[in-house]
Amino acid sequence: MLDGPIKILVPTGSLGAGAREEEVRYGISRGAHAIATDAGSTDSGAAYLALGISKNNRGSVKRDLTILMREAAKAGIPLIVGSSGQAGGDRNVDWTRDIVLEVAGELGLKPRIALLYCEQEKAALKRYNAAGKIRPLPPLGALEDATIDDCDHIVAVMGAEPYIAALAAGADIVLGGRTTDTAVLASYALLKGAPAGPAWHAAKIAECGGQCAVNRLEGAGALISIGPDGFEVEPLSLSNRCSPESVSAHMLYENSNPFLLVEPGGVLDVTGADYAQRDERTVTVSGSVWKPQPYTMKLEGAGSRRFQTIMLIGIQDPVVLARVDEFHDKMLAALHDRVHKTIGPAAGDFHISLRLYGWNAVTGDRPPPGTAPPREVGVLFVATADSQEMASQIAKACNPYFFHFPIVMDEELPSYGFAFSPADIDRGPVYEFLLNHVIEVDDPMELVRTVWIDLSQGEAA
Amino acid sequence: MARLKDVCRHVRSKNAGPFWVTFDLFFDGPENFRRYHAHPALGPDLFHRLFGADPALVRHYPVPSLNMVKISHARTSPQGGVVERDMHCGQQYVRLLDIELT
Repeated sequence: MLDGPIKILVPTGSLGAGAREEEVRYGISRGAHAIATDAGSTDSGAAYLALGISKNNRGSVKRDLTILMREAAKAGIPLIVGSSGQAGGDRNVDWTRDIVLEVAGELGLKPRIALLYCEQEKAALKRYNAAGKIRPLPPLGALEDATIDDCDHIVAVMGAEPYIAALAAGADIVLGGRTTDTAVLASYALLKGAPAGPAWHAAKIAECGGQCAVNRLEGAGALISIGPDGFEVEPLSLSNRCSPESVSAHMLYENSNPFLLVEPGGVLDVTGADYAQRDERTVTVSGSVWKPQPYTMKLEGAGSRRFQTIMLIGIQDPVVLARVDEFHDKMLAALHDRVHKTIGPAAGDFHISLRLYGWNAVTGDRPPPGTAPPREVGVLFVATADSQEMASQIAKACNPYFFHFPIVMDEELPSYGFAFSPADIDRGPVYEFLLNHVIEVDDPMELVRTVWIDLSQGEAA
Repeated sequence: MARLKDVCRHVRSKNAGPFWVTFDLFFDGPENFRRYHAHPALGPDLFHRLFGADPALVRHYPVPSLNMVKISHARTSPQGGVVERDMHCGQQYVRLLDIELT
């Protein structure tokens, strides 16, 4: 272990969210030994893994990488990025790699870059499945091979070991595929011999950068310092501060269990952790425990099995709005009837939903009787079918009813407000996460491929 | 009669991975935490009634040091499915605010 604590600079909650140059410089002036950040998560949905694209625009990722690569090179410390390109599939990693190479060229840097790929071949996964090495996590059941086939891309979520190996081999920049946020941030400290409990706990606290501070909107990053007995955390923004409550509350974030965090090779247990104010801006944490377990990696797989077409109208008609639940039910029944009569069995196992924005669209629950009518509702029509063509045909069949469905039958037909022509929009596939399983491996590197690009040698190694 | 919003300083909801949703109920102090965090009205049946959750997959984690309880349950439809209305589940807490704790 290095003399004194190991300091990891976490510049932002996610690459592309907006690292701040002055914060990075401050963290380096405080003696940071490495810069580490994740670049994605499953949070924004399955499309990014299924399509291999980033949620972020290229410019925002390039801007952050420019700041981080320049400051890391100046300080001579490594830059570690996990879950590259949002979903961490091979394409997502390659997209990030290309930006890194472009920035290196612009800055005149010649780093040794390690690329860690964790996308999995379907045939290999089926062999693991047949060998009983893939287990479901609730609420899903045992994995069917057909579900593997339904996925467009599958990643095995990496732990810290591939990063530790790349850093030990001299990487200046590590770009990893899908990885637990914590493993990305803990890897350098673990390499340098920091105790596992504090290293993993510090990484969890700093996973969203400055969000562990009192004012979540002030500043972007955090600095964690991991020592033999625990860790300290401070925000990189000098006008912000951490408190024991702000730090301990971060264990709650996007986590179903606030005391246990399951990682590829063990479980972080913070049940006995103690949080104390060290100075005005810094919190010190002790009592975090790491319990090693047999090595498992979580599988994330995304694919699409169904397709959607949407339409949107706005309604201000007070007669409709006074009876809006009745209107919803009658229109939905009429649309189903229309599809059965005009398309028939060819429509297959279709689904139509009407979502009343301004009334109950976010939950679909029925407001209590007596709730005052809204001034206006937006009605989103969503048709789902087994093909895009069929979803589109269903929307077209419903079109005249959706735009003109009357609540009072003996008056002239109303026309509701629609903004676009053509009115139906093919939304594309419904991307879903299809796996919630773990795979047992004998070696943390078994499902990981490391590729080196050594710009100091002038070409890819 | 207290409603949840009368005894909490903050209530929030969020996805916890694609298959789970988690609700954080921060009570306004230790007294109301002790009194209400394990209240039967906040039990698995509530999440079954409001969200269709399987009662066997509703988990309660009290955190006394923060005067809060975290309640997590498996989603009936994984994130981003055909009937998705709230990808991050960030609006689902609103339905808890008026729950009566009698």
